[in-house]
Amino acid sequence: MATLALPDERPAQPTGPAARKGMSPWQRWGLILLAPYALIFVIFVMYPVGYGLWLARHPVSYQKLIDDPVFLRAVFNTLAFLIIAINVKMMVALVLSGFFIVARPWIKWLSLLFILPWAVPSIPTILSIRFMLNPEWGLINSLIFRFTGADGPNWLNDPYLALGIAMLVHIWKSLPFWTLILIAGRLAIPAEHYEAASVDGATGWQKFRFITWPAMRTLYLTCTILSMIFTMGDFNSVYLLTGGGPADLTHVLATLGIRYLRLDEVDMSMAAIVIALPAVLPLMYFMMKRLSK
Amino acid sequence: MNMRKVTTEAKLLLIGIPVLIWTMLPIYHLLLFAISPKEQAMGGHMWPDHPTLRNFAIVFRQDHHYLNFFWLQMWNSLVIAVAAGLITLMIATGAAFAISRLKVKGGRLAMNLALLTYFIPAAFLAVPMYKTMGVYGILNNQWSLILAMVTIATPYSIWVLKQASDKLPYELDEAARMDGASPLQLFFLVYLPLMTPSLVAVGTYALLLAWNEYLYAFLLLSSERDITLGVALGNFLAADDSPWELLMTTGLLYALPPAAIYYTFKRYMVGGLTAGAVKS
Repeated sequence: MATLALPDERPAQPTGPAARKGMSPWQRWGLILLAPYALIFVIFVMYPVGYGLWLARHPVSYQKLIDDPVFLRAVFNTLAFLIIAINVKMMVALVLSGFFIVARPWIKWLSLLFILPWAVPSIPTILSIRFMLNPEWGLINSLIFRFTGADGPNWLNDPYLALGIAMLVHIWKSLPFWTLILIAGRLAIPAEHYEAASVDGATGWQKFRFITWPAMRTLYLTCTILSMIFTMGDFNSVYLLTGGGPADLTHVLATLGIRYLRLDEVDMSMAAIVIALPAVLPLMYFMMKRLSK
Repeated sequence: MNMRKVTTEAKLLLIGIPVLIWTMLPIYHLLLFAISPKEQAMGGHMWPDHPTLRNFAIVFRQDHHYLNFFWLQMWNSLVIAVAAGLITLMIATGAAFAISRLKVKGGRLAMNLALLTYFIPAAFLAVPMYKTMGVYGILNNQWSLILAMVTIATPYSIWVLKQASDKLPYELDEAARMDGASPLQLFFLVYLPLMTPSLVAVGTYALLLAWNEYLYAFLLLSSERDITLGVALGNFLAADDSPWELLMTTGLLYALPPAAIYYTFKRYMVGGLTAGAVKS
């Protein structure tokens, strides 16, 4: 976030009366049309970021943070999210993008339903999942009881199970979006390549290995990095499912900020973000390089 | 040959059926609660013995103390989503036109700053934004949420619109200039009509983002009369005696409008929002 405190360069007003006179109506209208965004940026991005960094200026906040076991646990959980959930999600998305481009009417219908988790708000569906997992009357444990006669686990009361389910919720919610992007990537590959490969007798795996993957590799990497950035900001999947519990063991960085805010320790909540910057900034830099061409 | 065809179809089904169950189970469960009588909702049935619409009637009549402001909160969600969508659309269209067509000085920098904003994890900006809205004195005012949503939605919108508008031929602008068109005439008479599909995509994107938002909404708004339906659902949860079947019914009603909007504008959304991503 520190890089956001770049010197604000709103479209530079030409200096001096001569320059002003020389400005064409095209340039003038350009500045007028760009001005609202510049205002939004300064008032609602630059100022909050600067203010946040200022709140996080005391070294003692970081000391308190390092001493807080909840923080260390949240770092661990966030890393688990980034490494496990995202890679699983992107690999499944890559497979499903191949499935959804197969021309069948029923697959077209399925693709319409498939997008729903992404299109609808998080809160009703995550609450639905939460109820499903209720140990006493939830659907899942009722089914387990009916088929095996055994009591199912207390899903959300076990920190590792709960974190695992939070990852599944995250995947459930964002898988459709990434699948959609990868479908677009697959559709951009010329069909002749596959036809030529078929003539040469290539197997499905060979087609993937030598045509699909080389064409999709860059897109796949970009999506993975972007998904990492988004996932660090994913508050809902954890907060609405577990609220950070049991015993504050399932917090991630995204929910930790709100926890400290509730405890009236805003400096800690900002310090937790500043500590994450060395991990976030390279990802942001990578994405900037990639997209700002 | 025929055998191979059967194998292919079987393989497709082997992926398709789990995908269907995985996708629909939480949504089906939501619906199941909504149509189940109170006593039956928690029985773990896959289908209620006596499906009923009673829960919907209770919600519509606001016949429970958690639901006193159901219609008002639905209205709040709508107002905030529409306002955020329209304002985002206006700001982003102007900016994209200025950067891409008018080649305004500083346009490249503005684009880069917008992209940088897009890459800030949303939850990281939430606490500073909350504190800032306090400083500006608009906390607990719906404008704070609208402006926060505009801030979050504009960067990607500008980027998508810029990608789309870079593809329009420059000869068009030149021809318009030769004919003596002013920048505004170019904008309204040439640019906007050509950009309509992307504008629909971006407007829908911002509208859905604002309607579905939970974190910022619950930070920035607190009064029962101001909050969105999403925040109201979260408050429901905080209580011990929550009527789960009504909570799920309300949740289903809250999820319907964005789904309907998505399907209505689907053909614009998919093309408009993924086109830029594939390029990289």
